[in-house]
Amino acid sequence: MKERPTMHRREFLRNFSRKIPTVLTLATIPIHKLAAAVEGEYKASDHAYAMGVDIHKCIGCGKCADACKTENKVPREPHFFRTWVERYVVPDEGPARVDSPNGGINGFPEQGEQNDVLRQFFVPKLCNHCQNAPCVQVCPVGATFTSEDGVVLVDDTYCVGCRYCIQACPYGARYLHPTKHVADKCTFCYHRITDGLLPACVEVCPNQARVFGELGQRSSPLRRLLRFNDIIVLKPGLNTEPKVFYAGADGEVR
Amino acid sequence: MSRIPQQVIPLVVIFTLALAALIVGRQLLVPESFGDLGHYRADAVGEVAALDISYAGAQACLDCHEDIYDTKQEGHHQGLSCETCHGPAANHAEAPDEFLPLVPRGRDYCTPCHGYNPARPSGFPQIIEENHNPGESCLTCHNSHNPATPESPQECAACHRPIVNQKLVSHHTNVECTTCHTVPDEHMSNPRLVRAKRPTEPETCGQCHSRSANSSKNIPRIDMQTHGNRYNCWDCHYPHSPEANR
Repeated sequence: MKERPTMHRREFLRNFSRKIPTVLTLATIPIHKLAAAVEGEYKASDHAYAMGVDIHKCIGCGKCADACKTENKVPREPHFFRTWVERYVVPDEGPARVDSPNGGINGFPEQGEQNDVLRQFFVPKLCNHCQNAPCVQVCPVGATFTSEDGVVLVDDTYCVGCRYCIQACPYGARYLHPTKHVADKCTFCYHRITDGLLPACVEVCPNQARVFGELGQRSSPLRRLLRFNDIIVLKPGLNTEPKVFYAGADGEVR
Repeated sequence: MSRIPQQVIPLVVIFTLALAALIVGRQLLVPESFGDLGHYRADAVGEVAALDISYAGAQACLDCHEDIYDTKQEGHHQGLSCETCHGPAANHAEAPDEFLPLVPRGRDYCTPCHGYNPARPSGFPQIIEENHNPGESCLTCHNSHNPATPESPQECAACHRPIVNQKLVSHHTNVECTTCHTVPDEHMSNPRLVRAKRPTEPETCGQCHSRSANSSKNIPRIDMQTHGNRYNCWDCHYPHSPEANR
């Protein structure tokens, strides 16, 4: 019969004590990961954001443009907007007349006597967060980019302020920040959505004309909007593949 | 050594130095996380995400003001976020006593949404500020958290102002809305659920426009049998402004 290997108690304790740090480290890793999973640590690749705009619901109050300026500290002067509201007045003949006094923040004054108006409506505008974004393509330094969750962002510590992206954007969604001297634009309120909040414009919209959500989510207000409406994107011919979808907009909307 | 041509040695030195300069230069100039996720600085994503918020979101308000939330849920303002009227309140949610949000009381807080504008969608309640109890605060009659008036408005213009205004300057100015539309009483208090009815057959227009109609001589008449053949009247005419300028 073979002799059983023996281990003295002292030897066992010495060996065991050497392993304690390893065992403890190994034990803590899953706990950290577990905690992260419980807290819902943000993982960008799990998300794909988009916005829907229902033209029939927009009342042109301008609360969105105002809230955007507050939330994102956009300069208050006109001409600096991350989002704004346009009024389209379609006459009997000829092209639509479009105006947006101070982005709609102070309302839309009546335009006086107009006998040739066929219909009129409001169109909220913002960065379309294109899948195939021209602004990202032209940036010479890689300061603007599409994040993993599909939001086009600007790295304002890296932007050199060359304005190429402002020229390239077919939607006029970018401006040069007057004091920071970098390109600035809508981020879908990235600091809010990654925190589980709605973008400021969607939060304050009184008539739910703006709907925000994830494209992959099968039951959501965005999904409902996309399902039950005739949807267009702006300037589809440019192949930018926007992720802002307009319901109830027609060919007049540019 | 003699096998390597003499002129190659300085070239090798120059190329090595250039390569070293390139590597060192890249290390110094390219930011740390550049290229981790794409042709951009991956850390920038976190920097944008870490910005401060100003609007706390309706959920944060509900945590303390459940009573107001309940009131709001009963009325037409149920879809409205608190901060639409009360302004950004993230600091109030952080330190409730230190910062107080706006408590708007003036008329100018309601009119940005409810002032008449012809570009607003029909059905959205709108007033003409000069005619609607001028000088009075909106809060005298309306509770902003549940803004239904003590009595439901009986005139259609309260919500359908653009259509009423259009009709007002048309030949149909004297035609009551109810001549053509049947309006259930419930529509006044619950407009989105109980709809007013549109006419379904040409006879509605025939009340005045058919050859045999008992109406004023000046009203244009048509032969109900042949006019417009298989189309309904409103397929061609817009009843709220019927060919006003033509």
